[in-house]
Amino acid sequence: MKFFARVPKIDFMAQRKVGLAVSTVLTIAAILLVVFRGLNFGIDFTGGVLVEVSYPKSVELDKVRSDLAEAGYDRAVVQYFGASSVVLIRLPPAKSENSSQVSTHILDALHSADSQITLRRIDFVGPQIGEELFSAGGLALLFAFMGIAAYIMFRFEWKFSVGAIAALIHDALMVLGFLSVFQVEFDVTTLAAILALIGYSNNETIVIFDRIRENLIGERRSGILEVVNLSVNQTILRSVITHLTTLLVLTALFTFGGSTVHSFSVALIVGVIVATYSSIYVSTNLAVALGISREDLLPPAEKEIDGLP
Amino acid sequence: MKTYASWKYLLLIAALVFGVIYAAPNLYGDDPSVQISLENGDPIPADLGDKVAASLKNANLTPIGSRIENQQWVVRLDTEEQQLRAADELKQDLGREYVVALNLASKTPGWLRAIGARPMNLGLDLRGGVHFLLEVDIDDVRKKAVDRIVTDVPALLRKEDIRYTGRHEDGNTAVLDFADSEHLEAASAAISKEFNEYQLTTLPDAPLSLQIKLSDKEAKRIVDFAVQQNLTTLRNRVNQLGVAEPLVQRQGTNRIVVQLPGVQDTTRVKDLLGATATLEYRAVADGDAETAAATGVVPAGTQLFYHRDTHQPILLKREVIAGGDNLVDASSTVDQDGGPAVSVTLDSGAAKRMFAFTEKNVGKPMAVLFKERQVVTNYNAKGEPIREHREVEDVISVASIRGVFGKRFQTTGLSSKEAHDLALLLKAGALAAPVDIVEERTVGPSLGADNIRKGFTAAALGLALVACFMIFYYRVFGLFAVSALLLNLLLLVAVLSLLQATLTMPGIAGVVLHMGIAVDANVLIYERIREELRNGSKPHSAIEAGYDRAFLTIADANVTVLIGTVVLFALGAGPVKGFAITLAIGILTSQFTAIVGSRALAQLCFAKRQLKDVPIW
Repeated sequence: MKFFARVPKIDFMAQRKVGLAVSTVLTIAAILLVVFRGLNFGIDFTGGVLVEVSYPKSVELDKVRSDLAEAGYDRAVVQYFGASSVVLIRLPPAKSENSSQVSTHILDALHSADSQITLRRIDFVGPQIGEELFSAGGLALLFAFMGIAAYIMFRFEWKFSVGAIAALIHDALMVLGFLSVFQVEFDVTTLAAILALIGYSNNETIVIFDRIRENLIGERRSGILEVVNLSVNQTILRSVITHLTTLLVLTALFTFGGSTVHSFSVALIVGVIVATYSSIYVSTNLAVALGISREDLLPPAEKEIDGLP
Repeated sequence: MKTYASWKYLLLIAALVFGVIYAAPNLYGDDPSVQISLENGDPIPADLGDKVAASLKNANLTPIGSRIENQQWVVRLDTEEQQLRAADELKQDLGREYVVALNLASKTPGWLRAIGARPMNLGLDLRGGVHFLLEVDIDDVRKKAVDRIVTDVPALLRKEDIRYTGRHEDGNTAVLDFADSEHLEAASAAISKEFNEYQLTTLPDAPLSLQIKLSDKEAKRIVDFAVQQNLTTLRNRVNQLGVAEPLVQRQGTNRIVVQLPGVQDTTRVKDLLGATATLEYRAVADGDAETAAATGVVPAGTQLFYHRDTHQPILLKREVIAGGDNLVDASSTVDQDGGPAVSVTLDSGAAKRMFAFTEKNVGKPMAVLFKERQVVTNYNAKGEPIREHREVEDVISVASIRGVFGKRFQTTGLSSKEAHDLALLLKAGALAAPVDIVEERTVGPSLGADNIRKGFTAAALGLALVACFMIFYYRVFGLFAVSALLLNLLLLVAVLSLLQATLTMPGIAGVVLHMGIAVDANVLIYERIREELRNGSKPHSAIEAGYDRAFLTIADANVTVLIGTVVLFALGAGPVKGFAITLAIGILTSQFTAIVGSRALAQLCFAKRQLKDVPIW
C-alpha cells in the first residue's frame, strides 16, 4: 500500500493575495477582540482567592452560596468543577490587609456547615504578584520573538526573518482571539502554551524555508513562485503528519489531562491548526512579497585569489 | 549502504543502560517512614540509633530499616498505621531538639543510590502540599531605621551639648536645623564619630540644615538583616511542624518562599508563620532553680524557665532590662582574644538601663529569654476549629557580666556555631519586620493524586495513539521511530531523575506535547526517504539521503523551540518551569534518539540485505 505515491501539485501561491488579505482581516479582528472583549484572565494574573472543595456527594450550589453568605462572602462566585460534588469558589482580590486569611475563613465556614468536605486546592494570589506576572509574561513573549528573529537572521536572511516573525505574531494573536471569543481562562500555563506554540509554529516555517533555500540553489531554471510552490508541496505531507501526531497527543491531554491543563491544550490545539496555514500563507507569503531572491541565499562568492601560479 | 560506525551503536547501548539505571528508582515505590533530624541542623549523634531502637521496642514496633540516610535518621516501617505510631512514640521519647517527620522513603536499593540514582522529584501540584510566598515589609524596616536616627542623634547631641533649633523627617531622611555653621560642623563631627553608618549632607539652598540618612550600604544591610532574620524565624518554626522536606528560601530582595510538601492544614501553617517572637534580657535570680522546678514553688519576684538546649531549670528576675524592640543589631563576631562572640547593640533607652544594671551586678549572670507567641489550631469533637494562643518561652543564653556596659556589648565564651545560632536567635526575636503572605498555593492530597493519574493517562494514551499512527503509516520505519521515542522517554525520565528536576503537572503536559513534536524528526526523515524513492533513488541511498538531508532542518527547527523554552524557564513561575525543563530536555534527547537511534535500527535491519523497495509505505 502506498500512500501519496506522488508529490501533490497544488498551486498554493495562486491564492497568495487572498491569503494575505484573509490573514490581515483575521489579525485585525483578533486584535480588536483582545482589546475590546478582552481575555478571561485567571487568578494568576488578576489576583484573588480560589478554593476548590469536594463534598462526599452532590451538593446544591445554592446551599454552598448561602453557607458562604452567612460567613459574609456574598460576593463569592460558586460553580461546579468537573463533577457535581466538586465546587469551585472564587473571590476577587480584596483590599483588606489580611486577604490571605480569606481562604481560611471560607474553609471554616464550609466546614462548619458540612464537616465531610475535603480541601482540594487553595490559590491565593496577591495583586502585586499578578501585576508582576503581566510584565514578566510580556517580556518573555518579547524575548522569545527577538531570540527567534535573531536566529533566523543568522541562519537565513532578513526577509525570511520578517516573514517568520509575522507568522508567530499572527499565530499568537489567532490563539488569543480564540481564547477571547470563547472566554477560555488565561493563566500562566496558557502563557506557557503560547510560548511553546511560538517555537512550534516557527518549526513549520523553518522546514519550508529550508526547502526553499535548497530548491532555489538546486532548481536554477524555475521562477521564485514555482520554487516556493514546489517547496510547499514537498513539505506539505510532512506538515500534515506532524500536525496529526501533535494533535493526537494534545487531544489525549485535553480529554484526560484534567482541568489544570485544559486551557493549555485548547490554546495549543488551536495554535497547531493555525500554524499550518500561517507557515504557508503568512511567513512564506510575506517573504515572497518582500522579494526573496536566489542571490540572497547563495553563499558569498569566494574572492578570486590574485597571482595564481 | 555504508556501514554505520560501531561507536554509534556503543553510544546507543550506553544511553540505554544509563536510561534504565537512572530511570529505575522511579519504579521501586516507597516505604512509609519516619525521618529524624536535629532541630539545630547538627549532625546526628552516634547514640541516636540506640535511643530509636529502644523507643521502637517499647512500642512493639519492628522497623524494616533504621539507619542514617542523607544525614538524617530514617526509620522505615511496613504500614502507615505503624508509621504514625512510631512517629508519636519517637516524638515523645526524643524530645524537642529533634524534628520527627513523616515521610515516604524510596525503596531504591543502596547501590543505585550510591551512584546518585534517585526517583524524580514531584512538585507540590502532584504530591499535595502548601506553597507560600511571603514578602518582608521593607518600607517598615526603613521607616524604623529612620525613626532610630530621629531618636538617637538628638540624644547624642544633647549629651555632647550641641544645640539644634529644629528637627523633622523627610521621607528616608532626618533633618536637623542649626543656628550657625559652627554648631552644624560640631554636630556633624560628633555624629560621624558615633554613627559611621549615617550619611551626612548639607544642601546648598539650606546651608544650616543637616540631612541625615542611612548610607546605601547600610540601608541594604538593614534590609538583608530583616529578611535574614525572618528566614531564620521561619526555618525554626517550620522545623517544629515536622515536615519531611521543607523548603524555606529567599527569593529576590525581600521575598521568602516556603514550601511544605504533604502538608494540608494551611490554617495551622499560617498561624505558625504569623507567630510573633520577642526576647528579653533579664537578671538571673539567686535561689535554687532545681528545687523550684521540683516543688513548683517559685521565690517571690522571680519566674522559672528552662534552657532551650540543656533543659536546665533557671530562675529569672521579673524585671526586663532590655526587650527585643530595643535591640538594634546582633551579629556573630570575634572578641579581643580571637574567640567567637556575639556583638549586640541596644538603643539609647535600653543602653541606660543596661548601664545602670551592669554597674551594680558585675560578676553575676544575665540571661536572654526567647518568647514566641503562637496560635495553635485544634479541632474539637464536632470538628470545629478552635484557636488557642500558646506562649513558648525558653532561655537561650546565660552569661556572666564581666564589666560595665551600655549601648554595645559582647557575649563571649561560645563555640563559633553557638555564636552563630545565638546571633540568629537574637535577630529573630528582635524587631521582627512585618511579613505578608502574597501568594498561597495549596493542593490537597486527593487533587495531587488525581493530577498524577490524569497526567499519566493522558501521556499513555498520547503515546499509544502516536505509536499506532506511526506504525500504520510508516510500517517498519514507524516501529523504529516508536522505539526511538521510547528510548527518548526513558532518557528524559533518567535525566529528570538525575538532575532532581521537579516534575509538575505542566511538566507532564510538556512530556505529552513533546511526544508529538519528537516524532517530527522521524517524519521529516521518512518523508525525505519517500521523496528520494519517488525521484528514483536506490533503496539504500534513499535511506542515507533521507537521514543526511533532514539533519540540518531538524536541528534548525529544534533550536527555535529551545529558544521558547529557555525564555519560559527564565520567566520561572513555579510549575511552568517544570514545563520548560521537560520540554527542553526532551528536545535535546530526541535530537539524539530520533536521528542516531532510529538510523541505527534501520542500518541493523537493512544494511546487509538486498532491497527492491524500502518498506516505508
